[in-house]
Amino acid sequence: MTKVNDFVIKFANVNGSGSASANLMFAKTIFRMGIPVSPKNIFPSNIQGLPTWYEIRVNKDGYIARRDGVDCLIALNPQTYQSDLKELVKGGYLIYDSTMERKFPRKDINVIGIPMASICAEHYDDPRQRQLFKNIICLGALSVLFKIDISVLKGLIKEEFQKKPKLIEPNLHALGLGRKYAQENLSSDFGLQLKLMKQKSKKIMIQGNEASGLGCIFAGATVASWYPITPSTSLAEAFEKYLHMFRSDSKGNIKGAVVQAEDELSAIGMAIGANWNGARAFTATSGPGVSLMSEFLGLAYFAEIPLVLFNIQRGGPSTGMPTRTQQSDILSSAYASHGDTTQILLFPSDPKECFEMSVDAFDIAERLQTPVIFMSDLDIGMNDWVVDELTYDDKHNFDRGKVLSAKDLDSIEMWGRYLDIDGDGIPYRTIPGTHPSKGSFFTRGTSHDAFAGYTEDGRINAENLLRITKKFNKSTKYLPKSIRRNAKNKTDVGLIYFGSTTPAVDEAIDYLSEEGYDINKIRIRSFPFDKTLENFISENDHLFILEQNRDAQMKFLISNELEVDINQFVSILNFDGSPLTAKFIVDEFKSKVKNNKKIIAKVKKSRTAA
Amino acid sequence: MSFIKKPNARHPNLPKNKLGLTRRDYEGALSTLCAGCGHDSVSSAIIEACFQLSIPAHRLAKLSGIGCSSKTPTYFLNKSHGFNSVHGRMPSVATGANLANRDLYYLGVSGDGDTASIGLGQFCHIMRRRLNMVYICENNGTYGLTKGQFSATNDKESKSRKGVDNMFESIDLAALAIQLGAGFVARSFSGDKDQLIPLIRAALSYKGFAFIDVISPCVTFNNHAQSTKSYEYFREHNEAVGFLDVIPENEEISVNYAEGKSIEVNVHDGSKMLLHKLNKSYDPGSRRKAIGKINDSRDKGEIITGLIYLDQNEEDLHDTLLTTEKPLNQLKKKDLSPGLKKLRQVNKSFS
Ligand SMILES: Cc1ncc(C[n+]2csc(CCOP(=O)(O)OP(=O)(O)O)c2C)c(N)n1
Ligand code: SF4
Ligand SMILES: [Mg+2]
Repeated sequence: MTKVNDFVIKFANVNGSGSASANLMFAKTIFRMGIPVSPKNIFPSNIQGLPTWYEIRVNKDGYIARRDGVDCLIALNPQTYQSDLKELVKGGYLIYDSTMERKFPRKDINVIGIPMASICAEHYDDPRQRQLFKNIICLGALSVLFKIDISVLKGLIKEEFQKKPKLIEPNLHALGLGRKYAQENLSSDFGLQLKLMKQKSKKIMIQGNEASGLGCIFAGATVASWYPITPSTSLAEAFEKYLHMFRSDSKGNIKGAVVQAEDELSAIGMAIGANWNGARAFTATSGPGVSLMSEFLGLAYFAEIPLVLFNIQRGGPSTGMPTRTQQSDILSSAYASHGDTTQILLFPSDPKECFEMSVDAFDIAERLQTPVIFMSDLDIGMNDWVVDELTYDDKHNFDRGKVLSAKDLDSIEMWGRYLDIDGDGIPYRTIPGTHPSKGSFFTRGTSHDAFAGYTEDGRINAENLLRITKKFNKSTKYLPKSIRRNAKNKTDVGLIYFGSTTPAVDEAIDYLSEEGYDINKIRIRSFPFDKTLENFISENDHLFILEQNRDAQMKFLISNELEVDINQFVSILNFDGSPLTAKFIVDEFKSKVKNNKKIIAKVKKSRTAA
Repeated sequence: MSFIKKPNARHPNLPKNKLGLTRRDYEGALSTLCAGCGHDSVSSAIIEACFQLSIPAHRLAKLSGIGCSSKTPTYFLNKSHGFNSVHGRMPSVATGANLANRDLYYLGVSGDGDTASIGLGQFCHIMRRRLNMVYICENNGTYGLTKGQFSATNDKESKSRKGVDNMFESIDLAALAIQLGAGFVARSFSGDKDQLIPLIRAALSYKGFAFIDVISPCVTFNNHAQSTKSYEYFREHNEAVGFLDVIPENEEISVNYAEGKSIEVNVHDGSKMLLHKLNKSYDPGSRRKAIGKINDSRDKGEIITGLIYLDQNEEDLHDTLLTTEKPLNQLKKKDLSPGLKKLRQVNKSFS
């Protein structure tokens, strides 16, 4: 039986062998054919030689989370044949380079050999070309097997090499070699098929970091300071790319500056200095960088300096799994720095939201005069996601918050940097150079009074700290709201989640509902938590929290901040570093429910009532 | 604590600068440093230099790290915005501030602990980038604020107040600065106003990274006979290489020094820097010779002061990065946000 537009293809490659661009072209072809697709790049912390995988899920129903079980394995790395083979489903296909023929110890699969290396050797002399074109030859053969619309693939190759037109012909030639071999030698009853579909809305395929870097451009950020670290690097690079694309004048002068700092301490210091001086500035990093930045985060919190910090999370602790995904910096970010500190967090769930929230993050940081930590992760940041086209409201003006101009200062009798004039805990700030005689103040991390003067009066310091608390308590109206959706049937079982696990949750909830489990869900999008989350918790008696870390950090944060009993939550935890699958959630949920008679009864009752 | 009484009443006969301001207008809060602390003299010299140059105080931002020295920005230029950041990290904050607005003066004050230990990395890198700023290190060879531990600039032959030997090699910040790309490198002494004020003036007029290592004795923890950063030691071991004048734009230059002994340097803002050489053979334009000079005098047990190195090629980070002329913090949405039409093009490239 042929599976159409619903399967998983996995490429097993050797890092640095030029496979990445061919793999991406394959995924993009599927995307262009209008079929929902989600590629995941599973790569080692290595530049050349170690195994790397590219897993593509194709799903006509639009489920884009990862899925276990591989239907077609393109095994190009002999190092990993054995383990890769185990992932193949019964009746699945194994495609390998049969230049050296092999036997594989599984009877229940189909093995297809394509002598890629020998075709290459026959047609190319240069070893590097042999290597690169091998990937394209493979692509050609796959296009025949999967019955891919070849015009789409050819079009892509032309676009890919638009800037190096000399390469178009040789690539098309290699593609033809692969196609020819497949047409002449391979059986046509291959059981997996890609068929053109019509997209419901206009889609793009983009990575979260790319979208965030672009978002910073639209937000009017002018200074970016960063230190390279996976998986955040591509964000700063995207910003720089768009900076040159959109903000350079005819003389080549640029309305913005990007500095690759000597370390993360310096990166955040620069971003703070620039924000203090009235520019919109950000830095991007991952867990180890945030640890280094934490002293400065306390300064920005206490001296009330806006800042946008992108934390593209990866597997921790320590250097951990630098090329794998996790949501394990929740607590260290929420309470980053010593003393009583709290930080604003944003939780995007896909690249589209990365764009939107990046634009908003600068408004929030300036409105609240405090750091905003953007909690993305490797899965969102570095994988290609198919999302709706990005949009931007041209009428939206930057919210620079409470900044006094020279005119404002002239009309004001008394001004204090930390005076709470409006009762919302947010004071007025001034930018250096604004006024010849008014509005200067001394920014400091030492205890200060409402006029920014140094004080060791504990009472005054306490008052100031309480004002900052007030500011945070009232902050939620500026933050992205939680999004909740109730199950079709009335239930008091609720699932709390956030970030990149979203597609897996959506899919899992559909499956569970088919099996008779009704679940209300809520997606957290920011911290401090909003009323919507509070209500959700009080309205649901059986609450699950899904997160990708060992210590149930979000559960702890919710219990601590909303002062609710931590024991009412059941954790579903995953921290193996891979993007989550719906199956994992379904299995975990069911096994937790199995041990909880109360929930089973509830589920059944709601069903009979409905 | 030293409370210097400052009467509030304005004296009508106080001398005024081009902006019509008096020295008072450049002062800051009362110092809370120990009486006799070298750092207070540096603050006075900064006040005097800014007064003489008629710098509008609000066009200058003063930044510092943490330490007794880093506290001093409170004690000068009340009308300037100030930023007392975290220990050793003033360079990064100054870099960000400067990127945001290239039109202001940036004056950083730091200590030897702040600069040569915890902040050594940032200090090195800010020089590589040639940030346009004046960086003054108030160097007392000790950690004043944490009560007298050795710092990394403390000379090997120096002893602590209690007679304990310093076991480690010292870092010469001026030599390091020359090595790493600072364009203006000077050394002076907090007690020598005649030399220090013109140096600060020249540094403020220079475009690029200007570093002044000011030996500034800590009277409380490092001013004893066996310390090489004491008033006494300095006076006995100083060798000045030259002194400076800064001639503002449109003013005539009258040189009273024998030819061959003075160097005239054009400064980007139209003013001129005049360097009067005491030592005829000394050439501040050569990196190699400047570093050699520092090493030679060190071997002789001397401390050279004055302008040690000057790169006449005035260039800063903005020139390297090609940032637009208009300060980044003054750009508006229309300059910055590409708008929906451009976003559609981006969408297209990902479809
Ligand atoms: C991260 C951090 N570590 C340690 C300190 C404690 N500390 C404050 S000032 C200082 C040394 C300052 O020495 P220096 O820069 O030479 O300034 P001085 O007081 O001598 O002028 C230290 C270690 C701190 N404030 N922050
Ligand atoms: S301890 Fe030393 S450096 Fe600090 S104020 Fe006193 S004399 Fe100055
Ligand atoms: Mg010191």
